Amino acid sequence: MRSKLLYACGLLAALLLVRNLYVVLLQLPDDADQGAVYRIIFYHVPSWFTAGMAVLTALVASVAYLIRKDLWWDTLAVAATEIAVVFITIGLVTGSIWGRVAWGIWWTWDARLTSALVCWLLYAGYLVLRTAIEDPSARARISAVFSIFAFADIPIVWYSIEWFRTQHPAPVLRGEGYMDPQMKAALYANWPALMLLAAVLLAVRMRQEAARRELDGLRRQAHSL
Amino acid sequence: MIFLRHVLTVANKDLRSEFRTKEAINSSFSFALVILLLFSFAFDPTEEMTREFSGGLLWIAFAFAGALLLNRSFVRELPNDCLDALIASPVPAAALFLGKSLANLILLLLVEAVSFPVFGVFYNQRWTQQFWPLLLVAILGTWGFTVVGTMFSALTVNIRLREVMLPLLVYTTLLPCLMASMQLTTLLLAGEPLTSVEGLVWLRFLIAFDVIFSTLAVAFVETVLIG
Repeated sequence: MRSKLLYACGLLAALLLVRNLYVVLLQLPDDADQGAVYRIIFYHVPSWFTAGMAVLTALVASVAYLIRKDLWWDTLAVAATEIAVVFITIGLVTGSIWGRVAWGIWWTWDARLTSALVCWLLYAGYLVLRTAIEDPSARARISAVFSIFAFADIPIVWYSIEWFRTQHPAPVLRGEGYMDPQMKAALYANWPALMLLAAVLLAVRMRQEAARRELDGLRRQAHSL
Repeated sequence: MIFLRHVLTVANKDLRSEFRTKEAINSSFSFALVILLLFSFAFDPTEEMTREFSGGLLWIAFAFAGALLLNRSFVRELPNDCLDALIASPVPAAALFLGKSLANLILLLLVEAVSFPVFGVFYNQRWTQQFWPLLLVAILGTWGFTVVGTMFSALTVNIRLREVMLPLLVYTTLLPCLMASMQLTTLLLAGEPLTSVEGLVWLRFLIAFDVIFSTLAVAFVETVLIG
């Protein structure tokens, strides 16, 4: 039953993504200033939203693990962090491709870009840290604490780098930027599609992690025999 | 009051055992010197250039040298199960942590106290013109470094590849602290006052970093060490 629900959600996410691809590529016109390359924003911005949600989930799961000491929360934390790293990577790569066309450079040490990279490094560090710890409860405890530290660090990193200068385009969804309502609708339509995809991946990853933990337990039992 | 005495006892113990063997501080000293030397070969800077990147150079040297000290901080307690004994003792985990941080702070400040004159001689810089503000920045920056570093040293003490994991986690988390310290040091070495607009912004920022991470570390150290 659960598997079927998962497959159904995956299928729905795929359909939504195909539908959005049709809207983005065929229905919406090129941007007056930027031409075709602006279409990256329909994947770039929702990826960041999704990464943000995943990071928040990881924080909540880490805190919940420390309170409840239930390994289910740890499973959720690691799955959410992996999803976060994937979507941060998508955000960084799409941003970089856009930057190459719009600015003529792949990368610049601007506030948003640098904070995003630091974010990626922190959460990738979390995943590497986990691989170095054998004992499941020690791994869960230590990585939960690190996850909380990483989350606390993000706003501080952001402010520290903002005091240099910012080259990233002004936010178009709030603040001074302007975006055509049709384009805004397409952008917001892509967010639930990516969120659904992330949720499916999260569920699959949590199953794998639970299976892996069970396997580890069995292996240890076999060793003790 | 008793808490403070516990902190001082742990710090005293750590410093005494370090000064008997001098293994961490000697390697840390030499490493800082080697980095200062390498930089001058790598970039062959003029006096003007040095003034522009002095903060960055010094804090990179301190951060690398500091990692050697931090690696030893909890590992020192592993032989003979000293760490278990310390945890079982009536000293609260927070006092143990603060004591170790304090010892690391003093050790790293000693490394810095040697590095500054060496930097002044090698790079032909007058670093003493704003000595007291510079000392304040060094203490605040080093405290931020040691508080996060000691916490992560406790996190990684029992894991595989800890020598690799510690710098990997520490430097990323410490980025804001190092950045503020670098900016302030460059500012002071260029002869600008700490009370300039830029100086005050970074100073406040550095203090905020220290307060936030000291609080977090004290709050979570018991979870890390005891579970």
